[in-house]
Amino acid sequence: MNPTDRYYSSEHEWALLNHDETVSIGITEYAKDELGDLVFLELPALGTSLQKMQKLGEVESVKSVSDLFSPISGEVVEINQNAIDNPEIINEDPYGEGWLLILKPSNSKELEDLMPASEYESFLEHLEH
Amino acid sequence: MKRTPLYQQHADLGGKLVQFAGWEMPIQFEGILAEVKNVRSYTGMFDVSHMGRLEISGTDSPDLLDKISTSHISNMSIGRARYTLICNDAGGIIDDTIIYRTNENTFLMIPNASNEGSVIIWLNQCIDDLGVDVQLNRLTDATVMIAVQGPQSTRMLQSICSSDLSQIRQFHSIESNISGNAVKIATTGYTGENGYEIISDTVHGPEIWSTLIDMGVTPCGLGARDVLRIEAGLLLHGSDMDAKTTPLEAGLNRFVSFDKSDFFGLSALRSQKASGIKKILIGFQLEDKGIPRHGYNIIYNGNVVGEVTSGTYSPSLDTGIGLGYVPINVFERHHNLQIDIRGRMAKARIVSLPFYSRKK
Repeated sequence: MNPTDRYYSSEHEWALLNHDETVSIGITEYAKDELGDLVFLELPALGTSLQKMQKLGEVESVKSVSDLFSPISGEVVEINQNAIDNPEIINEDPYGEGWLLILKPSNSKELEDLMPASEYESFLEHLEH
Repeated sequence: MKRTPLYQQHADLGGKLVQFAGWEMPIQFEGILAEVKNVRSYTGMFDVSHMGRLEISGTDSPDLLDKISTSHISNMSIGRARYTLICNDAGGIIDDTIIYRTNENTFLMIPNASNEGSVIIWLNQCIDDLGVDVQLNRLTDATVMIAVQGPQSTRMLQSICSSDLSQIRQFHSIESNISGNAVKIATTGYTGENGYEIISDTVHGPEIWSTLIDMGVTPCGLGARDVLRIEAGLLLHGSDMDAKTTPLEAGLNRFVSFDKSDFFGLSALRSQKASGIKKILIGFQLEDKGIPRHGYNIIYNGNVVGEVTSGTYSPSLDTGIGLGYVPINVFERHHNLQIDIRGRMAKARIVSLPFYSRKK
């Protein structure tokens, strides 16, 4: 189940609005299942400004490589070094310990363009048929 | 799409199914890394029923097999198996295969799934052209083949098998039985570990698979199989070699018996041996982060000098490894190359194969 406290993109990333108005970004359960065992994670440097849908990095599994796209615009204020060092934690806990980075959004209204959990789940059902 | 007799087992175990060479096969069950680890440290098994099983018999079969393969076949003793190459007249590799001698005039050939059709056409054409007494019997759909691989494979299999497995030398096969049913057991594989390949009828094959699952043997998919074979330096036809590549270019010289009087491709290979090859298959290991993949460019001194034919993350070495072709002069002089990983130049070093060998 995808947590209902956050938003989802059609690129299978999630965005969670934190109490300090920053937004945590990660990949969904579906994305990590599709990718398989992750072995490398590449993230932008702190301070990088990202536009919505701009490439923010790459996740690479034994079998495939996939670009990550920023679901919203903002500045990178924190990256998950633990996930870079141990990408398997993304497989183990994509919604928790396996978060990727934190953005300071330049326009938090962009979150509303993303899907709530229920809509994301219908989107997934549609993909599987 | 074709399904093996073990398809239902794979679906029930939650295997992730993909299309491979016209077959719907599991690419992974629990996960590629866990499966690789199990094969290296314990035991894993693979459904390899998609590979061809061709029985070749008749009084002329030893001579015909000598004619179509780069190795000596007619001098093999009964029970022996040999890895060999089937080449065209130009020395290009039509397929790589294992041939088992099951009787004086009966052999079993295992072509790759993707090449089974072309191998059958080639064999039939040779039989017709040479007018020899050879019968070809395709057993692929009537049998199941299961590869049980890993350091504990003998112990696991022994508990359900009537023969003393410790008495079978590497690259041999015996007629045996498992749980009272006739099977062929061969000491062959594609993982770099000790292991067995079991051929059974389609009724008992699924039972053997289920029995081994119940005993705790890890089911593994094609994903793990690919990582294991690359680590073991074993080539995949269609990726690392094809009908336009010769065994000498692919580094498979030891499987070419130049002392044979004749086989398809011999004169072409002799002249290539005399004049020298222009490109050669290399194994390389990344010194930077990243995973080389099929089709990525190999760079030397800013120039594209070749292409990656197979690549993976190696759990045994914890780095990216790959195979590919480079010009012979690059190979002879320069062991430090780069791989263009989607625009990023990753340092790579040519290393000797295999990348991984089991502890003896």
